[in-house]
Amino acid sequence: MKTYETVIGLEVHLQLDTRTKIFCGCVTHFGKDANSQTCPVCLGLPGSLPVLNQKVLEYGMKIGLALNCAINTFVKFDRKNYYYPDLPKAYQISQYDFPIAKKGSLTITTGEQTKKIGITRAHMEEDAGKLIHSPEIKCSLVDYNRTGIPLVEIVSEPDMRSSQEAYDYLTSLKLLMEYLDVSDCDMEKGSLRCDANVSIREAGNQEFGTKTELKNLNSFKAVKAAIDYEVARQIKMVEAGERIVQETRLWNDEKQMTFSMRSKEEAHDYRYFPEPDLVPFTITENDIEKVRKTLPEFPLEKLDRFIRQYQLSDYDANVLVQDKQLAKFFEDCVMQWNAPKKICNWITSVLKQELNKRKINISEMRLTSGYFVGLIKNVEEGVVSNLVGKEILTIMLDTGRTCMSIIEEKGLRQVSDDNALGAIIDTVLVENASIVEQIKGGKESAIGFLVGQAMKKTQGKANPKKIGELIKGRFQNG
Amino acid sequence: MKLNELTAHEILQGFQAKTITPDSVYQCLQETIQNKDKKIHAYAHSADPAITPKAMDGKYPIPIAIKDNICIKDYLTTCSSRILEGFRPPYDATVITKLKDSGSIILGHANMDEFAFGSSTESSYYGVTRNPWNLDCVPGGSSGGSAAAVAAHEAIWALGSDTGGSIRQPASFCGVVGLKPTYGRVSRYGLIAFASSLDQIGPITKDVEDCALLLNLIAGHDEKDSTSANLPVPDFTRALTKDVKNIKIGIPKEYFIDGMDAEVKDSVLAAIEHLKGHGAQFIDISLPHTEYAVATYYILATAEASSNLARYDGVQYGLRCQPQQQRRTPIIDMYEETRDQGFGAEAKRRIMLGTYALSSGYYDAYYLKAQKVRTLIKKDFDEAFRSCDAIITPTAPTTAFKIGEKTSDPLSMYLSDIYTISVNLAGIPALSIPCGFSKNGLPIGLQIMGKPFDEEMLFRIAHTYEQGTEWHKRKVVL
Repeated sequence: MKTYETVIGLEVHLQLDTRTKIFCGCVTHFGKDANSQTCPVCLGLPGSLPVLNQKVLEYGMKIGLALNCAINTFVKFDRKNYYYPDLPKAYQISQYDFPIAKKGSLTITTGEQTKKIGITRAHMEEDAGKLIHSPEIKCSLVDYNRTGIPLVEIVSEPDMRSSQEAYDYLTSLKLLMEYLDVSDCDMEKGSLRCDANVSIREAGNQEFGTKTELKNLNSFKAVKAAIDYEVARQIKMVEAGERIVQETRLWNDEKQMTFSMRSKEEAHDYRYFPEPDLVPFTITENDIEKVRKTLPEFPLEKLDRFIRQYQLSDYDANVLVQDKQLAKFFEDCVMQWNAPKKICNWITSVLKQELNKRKINISEMRLTSGYFVGLIKNVEEGVVSNLVGKEILTIMLDTGRTCMSIIEEKGLRQVSDDNALGAIIDTVLVENASIVEQIKGGKESAIGFLVGQAMKKTQGKANPKKIGELIKGRFQNG
Repeated sequence: MKLNELTAHEILQGFQAKTITPDSVYQCLQETIQNKDKKIHAYAHSADPAITPKAMDGKYPIPIAIKDNICIKDYLTTCSSRILEGFRPPYDATVITKLKDSGSIILGHANMDEFAFGSSTESSYYGVTRNPWNLDCVPGGSSGGSAAAVAAHEAIWALGSDTGGSIRQPASFCGVVGLKPTYGRVSRYGLIAFASSLDQIGPITKDVEDCALLLNLIAGHDEKDSTSANLPVPDFTRALTKDVKNIKIGIPKEYFIDGMDAEVKDSVLAAIEHLKGHGAQFIDISLPHTEYAVATYYILATAEASSNLARYDGVQYGLRCQPQQQRRTPIIDMYEETRDQGFGAEAKRRIMLGTYALSSGYYDAYYLKAQKVRTLIKKDFDEAFRSCDAIITPTAPTTAFKIGEKTSDPLSMYLSDIYTISVNLAGIPALSIPCGFSKNGLPIGLQIMGKPFDEEMLFRIAHTYEQGTEWHKRKVVL
């Protein structure tokens, strides 16, 4: 059997989270009543005219720069003409021959390997509305709230060679965009959408095979699964001596298969031409530099720095960097108390778990970095035990209170006093006479059981180390 | 003299002297419209009672007619097309906001060629408008309703729009003053687009002083229109001097050619002699690319129109038709049936021409080539204006033609704009002023073209000429 190479290029549409739409003053909030966020401009009413939102241009430049692209200083928009009921002007204002950004790259990490994926271009355009199909009244309704939401379309080179690379590309791109703070990148809300161009060729062959375009990919997982399905389908066809048809195929998530759209309207001629309502203009190198200065530290740079500066493991640093807010919280904590490893452990093990349980992210929690550091310090200094510390954290997350006030109110201070602990140990030894005999008989491992019993009696407040020492002392003396 | 026969500046004097009241002027116009408009049909929707003046205490309570392609909030605005049947915009065009702020009294929407496609106002879905000077003749177009309303004293003044001569040619045919301002001088927000890069709103008035006054009311930068110029607007009435001494006026040899009506030629030459008498200097100039103007225009204008008119698809507003029997899919059937029923023959012709010019495979040969020629035509004017301050030509090669004379020959209809089209391609201002009458009693128009944003020069020359002649005093007798 022959071996085949998979060739994948991705087109990602990103909704920008500017306050207002790309060509009018309507706000861009998601999930509002249908058609409540519209005006003559985004409804495409006769006589209305678009005016470019400067924030969109700024975000477009930011994205281009973050993807190592050249920025086009000539800013021009074009009309892409086609009919669809969700497109009120019957053309989309987009960028055709002068995209805001072109010729860049994105570095992705697959396992241990890093790879540069070429970026062909990124351009600004307006989103269309949403059709709602209503079986009850046997017709379709249009919600124009989404019409005119700014989009940046990012087109990659056909540089990916596996569905995993495609998945990793999307993960890296999403993270980078989250760092830029230009989009909430939420696939469920449709603020990040992805189409995949997939083809296969015999290994070693330089020419590309005929590609199919996969649409309706509603999650990164779906992208991966659809590519896998499509590659298998194409190989099967080629092996059977059939020809691949260049077409658009829709992913069916339920059936885990792609289906041809079989649309006769597919051979679109969009009749692009310059948008006469928006006068082209030029931006200066100075404008670009101004935007470049606002760029944040990128994920890969941060990862390197965390490993170097805080001596974190690759794994730990990566966990922090994968969430911009988490990374920031970590550094806020470290600024207040220079114990990066301890803080990192508390964040990656305990805090993340609690947040996951609550299904909230770090920016939504009621815990400040200062209070969090206070808690870790109390544990480290032995004021409370590790176990109690974890309990206190849950209360802090629920109430937003300080660690100390919870310790004081609930009397959770760790008991380390020899006399108080001695009395408790006395009771435990009496109550567990048979165990005591076993230990005396040489089964020293049973000491742990006695420590546990003593901890129970103090509701976890006892210093477990101290208890262990005291119990051991009894046996040595006896 | 009857109140409706006064000019706006005469009426304003009357208000000041308290010899007349805004209400009496308005009543007089209402009566005139009631009595005469059955014959003229200057108004497109005279039966629509939505506009009633609320107060008449503004600064300029002058009754005005508005071309049917300028949006008036809650008032039928249809571009004289069936496809916009019942369309009442939820917003005012910027010029309407300005007029309302100045206290203007809007009489109604003036008839026009459907979507401004034409030079005779015969293609309106709501019926033909007749020339007040001869009811068997056309009033010109596409702003024929506006020009006829002013000439027939059914409005004191009016707004039209000019894409290839649509203000100047009907002004010439109806013996009134019409100005196409510099592209960008007046906001296009709320002007229903025909060809966005060529359209401009402008005044149609009884004399030059009124023209300057009305331009004062509507000109200026508008942040809702990216193509409007951010330049200071002078008080145009200050240009109404009678001084043209040593002003250099060019006469382009390409405009005085065969096919020009002898009476038109004689009148224009007489006007030139008159201005010479006031000290103006005339020089021969050349605009070498003039012969390509009509072809260039009909590619660019129809290309833009095909895209601008695509939004009339029956989805959101206006006409919606569904065929009796399903042909393809319900939505495509609806698009096709609506557009087939809604557009007249000329609109369909231009949509097809424009779609063709933008189609892949033809774009370079038509649209792109035409853009290049447009640049050459612009350069012709730049070059010419190095040696002169203004250019004088006839407005139209003939006087008003008979109703029905050119409806079956679109090409000869297109050629009636041969002298006006270059101005739109170059974006410069031009004014048409009466300069005589034919033996048959039909008005002849003189066109004065100026440098970009130098409307003042046009007013200066036109006012000087008008004050020395009697043409503007001749009144229609109905």
